[in-house]
Amino acid sequence: MNDKELQVRDKRELEGEGERTKPGLVFVPAVDIFESEAEITLLADMPGVASENVSIDLHENQLTVSGEVGLLTSDKEEYLLQEFETGTFHRQFTLSDRIDQNAITATVKNGVLRLVLPKAQKAKPRKIEVRAG
Amino acid sequence: MTIIKWRPGRSGHRFDPFSEMQRLQREMHRIYDTLTDSQEASRPAGVYPHLNITEDEDNYYVRAELPGVNPEDIEITTQDNDLIINGERKIPLEGEKVSYHRREREARSFRRITSLPNHFDSGKVAAVCKNGLLTITLPKAAAKARQIDVKPA
Repeated sequence: MNDKELQVRDKRELEGEGERTKPGLVFVPAVDIFESEAEITLLADMPGVASENVSIDLHENQLTVSGEVGLLTSDKEEYLLQEFETGTFHRQFTLSDRIDQNAITATVKNGVLRLVLPKAQKAKPRKIEVRAG
Repeated sequence: MTIIKWRPGRSGHRFDPFSEMQRLQREMHRIYDTLTDSQEASRPAGVYPHLNITEDEDNYYVRAELPGVNPEDIEITTQDNDLIINGERKIPLEGEKVSYHRREREARSFRRITSLPNHFDSGKVAAVCKNGLLTITLPKAAAKARQIDVKPA
């Protein structure tokens, strides 16, 4: 197989989470997380999730990201081949930095959630000069 | 600064018989299919992207999850009963001053070829990519039932 091409991976199903109120499948989205001096950015692959169906919750320092995928097919369609299943995307992280909750921004483009979490003033790195004694 | 993935404690995990049953049922179907070899087509091919193919009376529908792929970077071609999906997933650089905690998403090209079970009208194939979900609609070729009169000799 050409290693320049995208390798296919099965979607990761969420395991061992508390009972959910809605029956259905739950998947763990693949994420990129990176940090700059001022903010932490999270990118999550959530195909099929419209921006209005994303929910983001930051409580204490626990960040929860989830997205609902609607039904793809109509009643009249019958499956000939099914290689992937759809359901809710859900993932949780514990942040160790203080986040400025009011300045969080989230956008969804082409099924990718981009969440920008600006660090609170206190958490930004401060340069401390060491003076010669 | 680090971000640690929150892991639910195994001990606090409540047993959910409903979802366990669903999981078991799907697993059984999968095993059954492998053993009986009954549904050759239902086994996933090891090529990106995974596809779902459905049909109704008038159309075939091919769906793929392509998060982060710009619609203009997807190329769809048809040949006889085959459908070819080519594309590239690009992940732009995020500046030099960032440090990555996690990097699970990949940027690369992909190519998938699949065959539809029957002829479709290649001139009327439509494709829509919305929220990273590609839907290709392929109208079935008009093969209307024709009644043939039997004339008396």
